[in-house]
Amino acid sequence: MSIDDRIAADQPKTFQFTAENEKEIKRIIAKYPKGRQASAVMPLLDLAQRQHDNWIPMAAIEAIANRLEMAEIRVLEVATFYTMFNLKPVGKYFLQACTTTPCWLRGSDEMMRCIKDRYHIASGQTSACGRFSLLEVECLGACVNAPILQVNDDFYEDLDYETTGALLDSLEADDPLPVGSVTGRSGSEASGGGTTLAAVKSGKSGKSASKKRGSAHA
Amino acid sequence: MPKLTVNDIEVDVEDGSTVLHACEAAGVEIPRFCYHDRLSIAGNCRMCLVDMERAPKPIASCAMPAGDGMVIRTDTDRVKKAREGVMEFLLINHPLDCPICDQGGECDLQDQAMGYGLDGSRFSENKRAVDNKHMGPLISTVMTRCIHCTRCVRFATEVAGVPELGAIGRGETMEITTYLEKTLASELSANVIDLCPVGALTSRPYAFTARPWELNKTESIDVMDAVGSNIRVDARGAQVMRVLPRLNEDVNEEWISDKTRYAIDGLRRQRLDRPYARGRDGKLHPISWDEALKTVAGKLGKAKAKRVAAIAGDQCDAESMFALKSLMARLGSPNLDCRQDGAKIGGARSSYLFNSTIAGIDDVDALLIIGSNPRVEAAVLNARIRRNWLATQMPVGVIGENADLTYATQWLGDEASLLDDVLSGKHKFVAKLKKAKRPMIIIGMGALVRADGASVLGKARQIAETYGVVTDKWNGFNILHSAAARVAGLDMGFLPERGGMDVAAMAAAAKAGDLDVLWSLGADEIDYADFASSFVIYQGHHGDAGAHHADIVLPGAVYTEKDGIYLNTEGRVQYANRAAFPPGEAREDWAIIRAVSGAIGKSIGMDSLAEVRDALCEAVPHFAMPDQISAAKWAKFGGRAKLSSQPITSAIENFYMTCAISRASETMAECRRAQQADAAGAVAAE
Repeated sequence: MSIDDRIAADQPKTFQFTAENEKEIKRIIAKYPKGRQASAVMPLLDLAQRQHDNWIPMAAIEAIANRLEMAEIRVLEVATFYTMFNLKPVGKYFLQACTTTPCWLRGSDEMMRCIKDRYHIASGQTSACGRFSLLEVECLGACVNAPILQVNDDFYEDLDYETTGALLDSLEADDPLPVGSVTGRSGSEASGGGTTLAAVKSGKSGKSASKKRGSAHA
Repeated sequence: MPKLTVNDIEVDVEDGSTVLHACEAAGVEIPRFCYHDRLSIAGNCRMCLVDMERAPKPIASCAMPAGDGMVIRTDTDRVKKAREGVMEFLLINHPLDCPICDQGGECDLQDQAMGYGLDGSRFSENKRAVDNKHMGPLISTVMTRCIHCTRCVRFATEVAGVPELGAIGRGETMEITTYLEKTLASELSANVIDLCPVGALTSRPYAFTARPWELNKTESIDVMDAVGSNIRVDARGAQVMRVLPRLNEDVNEEWISDKTRYAIDGLRRQRLDRPYARGRDGKLHPISWDEALKTVAGKLGKAKAKRVAAIAGDQCDAESMFALKSLMARLGSPNLDCRQDGAKIGGARSSYLFNSTIAGIDDVDALLIIGSNPRVEAAVLNARIRRNWLATQMPVGVIGENADLTYATQWLGDEASLLDDVLSGKHKFVAKLKKAKRPMIIIGMGALVRADGASVLGKARQIAETYGVVTDKWNGFNILHSAAARVAGLDMGFLPERGGMDVAAMAAAAKAGDLDVLWSLGADEIDYADFASSFVIYQGHHGDAGAHHADIVLPGAVYTEKDGIYLNTEGRVQYANRAAFPPGEAREDWAIIRAVSGAIGKSIGMDSLAEVRDALCEAVPHFAMPDQISAAKWAKFGGRAKLSSQPITSAIENFYMTCAISRASETMAECRRAQQADAAGAVAAE
């Protein structure tokens, strides 16, 4: 994908951080030594993205450059280096599918096939309804529960074709499944349940009951 | 001083050197793409790999600090294989388009592929293609050829001081671009073309015009500003195809300004290639040299010496000015001036030189700029100030135009009275000057062309003496000229003799009808309307202001068409060499003046350039010392009159058009348009 495709053609003219974020920016910049405020560029890009429907307009890049006394191109370099920064609008549910080796061995192709069957989109595209965007990403760092699909800020794990479908159903209904493994395992313990002596002794089976629902945040 | 062994040769290198420096000291050439002596170290091309004892794998020599006792080998099979591997990766996405690439024949990648390249490619997938980027009217881009060495990015950020270039994206999608594809807004932008080791950034005006091996290369001196950049003029036949920088650590290092490089298309346009005389119809008609000489001789022979005057322009060689001075002396006229802008300088040498020398800028720890915009008046010199500022954050105060000089400045204001405040110690900036060990003052022509220029100069001298700018060991009192011919003219005394008139007095006399003949030696920046009543002899190379108002035009040679001596703003004597011949019937300037003197019957002697130089060097001995600066003695100079309330400005408003050559250049006109369009865009955006 060339750079031009990654940056939205239609850009808002202005961008302003909310008062709340302004406070947060002050807190972030204070973390770095004086004169090293440019180090705050990544947290600020993240703030801008969260504030602006999960994507960063060029106006925000310029605002951040001004704020941190950096050249605009330096901020753009950072923003384009990381795939986690979106430079064009994405759907309400931003699906980041991991297809790196462990996930691929555990069936990430099936997970991808499910998404493509439903919305007929390839990596980097948004569904016709405008609510789902897909991005194929490198390792999300949760290989023990591979394959992984990241929906906005949340990880869904142990997916296959059917469970991916169920997950997408729940997202379409705006009532996301509980975050984590869709098979119900707790954290990264073995799929058959706890196997350590300590777990056996306390009689825990490993299936945790309380689960947080997905945040459905966009 | 670490001691290393490179291929069994022991070398000592300076502290802070890298392994690459050590290898060079041992006489081993290390291939490289990203490393450049004048830029920060990136270490991303990996071409400079060498073997180091006890290191598990080859190391990048450009980024590895030299350590005592290191044992380096550059001739092992492993090194060769490693570099071949790097080269193979570089070539994976590099197009095989050398036959249509302007870099061909002077391409680092091409050269090094001869040493480390495979004869075929093992890469059977599609190569990546990258959209070309717009970087303004000077730089042509073929970004598919880019190998991401980031030299251009580092140059723009570090040397030029315009952080507009960057590498966006990553890995396979990485691209070099300017922010929003704006023109690179720097007077030094085209140096990235020289820096680019491949054909990604090439010269747009020079595109597809010549191959390097077809060109005659002549080492010469630039006259677009008073820095006297060392250049190499590449010509094919009679046509100058391009100008490249030549290394001179004390002057331009290895950079030149965009005007130096690209005003050369102006050498072909609007040229005066035969003598002209103004007819009864008020239009210029071509005439022969015989007629021209006869007419000029008739006018000069008849006129009273006191009613004859000569003005030398900004790009004259010393020889022609000396010949004209000799002719005026033979005629008995005291009226001559080389300061067509009316600058109030002359007299003691130290009052009009860049006394600290350009290299002296590296030692400065506080700077006060008066009436100058060095970014525009001497772009290469400005880069040196910036480098010092980057390293030391030295305070820079500016009285005059509040311009972006690519480094942080403290703008004191533009009132002339500020000089009084600084002198009396009332102004806050004084504290910084006092604290400095080697303070410097740079005075531009903007402060000296004023009516009270002499007083400004005097005040500046007093400031210099008060705050330690001039001591026994250090002289930081600097005049920054904008005219390449000025210092040579002042040194040889191309100034009004006793009882003679300067430019302003000549204009006044002409208006009163008291000036019969004016000889203008390439002076295009004076107001010719004042000289309507005089017979104007214009000797020059372009159909610019001078020729338009001349009664007779004697076609001369431009700086690339004659051997000449130029003194830069430091007073450095530099010999320029001829790269091509003047067009048509145009002649070298000293020879024209010699011929006229013969026609009048008042010969100045000097039948060859060598004789002119002999006479010149006899009159002013330091002209015989090429690349030398004769130090000037400090003296009392400058006026004491009250300063006017007029704000101080700088001399040059439009960087791209300052002389007849650059005004005739289409490339410079295009640069100006791009600059204005960007400025208009910036205003619209706000």
